[in-house]
Amino acid sequence: MPKILQAILALVVVAAAGFFLLTQPRRLPPTAIAAAASGNPVRGRRIFWAGGCASCHAAAKSKGDAQFQLGGGAPIVTPFGTFHAPNISPDKAHGIGGWRLADFANAMQRGVDPEGRHLYPAFPYASYQRMTPADIADLFAFLKTLPPVARSAPDNVLRFPFNIRRGIGLWKIAFMGDAAPVIALPATAPTAAHAGRYLVEGPGHCAECHTARGLHGLGGLDRNAWLAGAASIDGPGKVPNITSGKTGIGSWSATEIAYYLESGFTPDYDSVGGSMVEVQANMAKLTPGDRAAIAAYLKAIPAR
Amino acid sequence: MSRILVAVILVAFAAPAFAQSPAKGDPISARQALMKQNGKDAKAGGEMLKGVTPFDAAKAQTIFAEMNNVANKFGTYFPKGSETGGDTEASPAIWSKPADFQAALAKFQKDTAAAVAAKPVTLAAFGQQFGAVTANCKSCHEAFRIKKD
Repeated sequence: MPKILQAILALVVVAAAGFFLLTQPRRLPPTAIAAAASGNPVRGRRIFWAGGCASCHAAAKSKGDAQFQLGGGAPIVTPFGTFHAPNISPDKAHGIGGWRLADFANAMQRGVDPEGRHLYPAFPYASYQRMTPADIADLFAFLKTLPPVARSAPDNVLRFPFNIRRGIGLWKIAFMGDAAPVIALPATAPTAAHAGRYLVEGPGHCAECHTARGLHGLGGLDRNAWLAGAASIDGPGKVPNITSGKTGIGSWSATEIAYYLESGFTPDYDSVGGSMVEVQANMAKLTPGDRAAIAAYLKAIPAR
Repeated sequence: MSRILVAVILVAFAAPAFAQSPAKGDPISARQALMKQNGKDAKAGGEMLKGVTPFDAAKAQTIFAEMNNVANKFGTYFPKGSETGGDTEASPAIWSKPADFQAALAKFQKDTAAAVAAKPVTLAAFGQQFGAVTANCKSCHEAFRIKKD
């Protein structure tokens, strides 16, 4: 074999080995996972609505008890292809009925399934990684109380190279960030703003839509334009700026923000629309205290 | 005789023009004005419910009557050719799923008519009708409006 071919072959082998190593699944350390049976389903219900699970994992337009049938939802059509949120009902064959808490925690917070495969970040684990182990355990306990749905969601239909699941390992290294809070709140920020930071940056995953991403939507969230609005990923139009910046909601009082989350009405009595309709319906199920906390956080973050 | 004839001819020509006037004027600003009116009425109703203003049965009736008027007129201001321009936030779905849009309009007409007919005289009864009516805001904006700013 000519030397040049040997060199190319060696390079290919090294690159493949590098890709393999870099894209290994990275699971949570056991210390970051709550004790197996510690979850409380009553507390978990709050996390279920805060996290918006039903909006992707229940059938489109579900109301009432149908929102607890988590057999997989409407297709999410994006520039990368079409995602189908999987069945997360407690069905043993089609859902997550066979999972342990550690499996659930690794899916929620590391984007890794029990077989060690990477999950697509359309599932917002980059936000969910900020949740407490206790909230993860409570949510898992709540999901266990829901009815099993015996059907498999369709597979994702993605374009090359996004269909190479292993490649998500590289995305994670580059863009997933860590579990630390994004916004360092000023010392004067009220306690409620800290509680709101947890809800917004963690389970609520608001930034996943309200913050622009680099690389035409493929990259990570732009932390210098946190919650300052972005192009919609699943259709035409824009997701609004919800900071106090010029194009944002600085004119809304904290009470008005909380009222919007409760009722769907802006201070001008325009109504919620688009994908936010389902999100607002979820927020309406939280306590007034949780909605006030979200509002306090939005008033405390930098105006962009 | 000839004057009557002239009048008849004028009316004959003018009538179709009147009938088409929504489509020929500026449909985008016309429908935006109707939604502004809707917002004013929703605000008046919401403030009564929040206790910012006292409950007033006559005002409640006006709110529902005006919303019903908007509901009846609104659908005529989406002719072909008004899909874009003038800061419209109308979704392409209005034209690609006309049956769904018509169904949403029909529901808004029905719910506002029912609220008018209910003539609520207590705040609680008003709140119930107001909730049913304003659920239309969300469901229609969910499918048929796109935020652009």
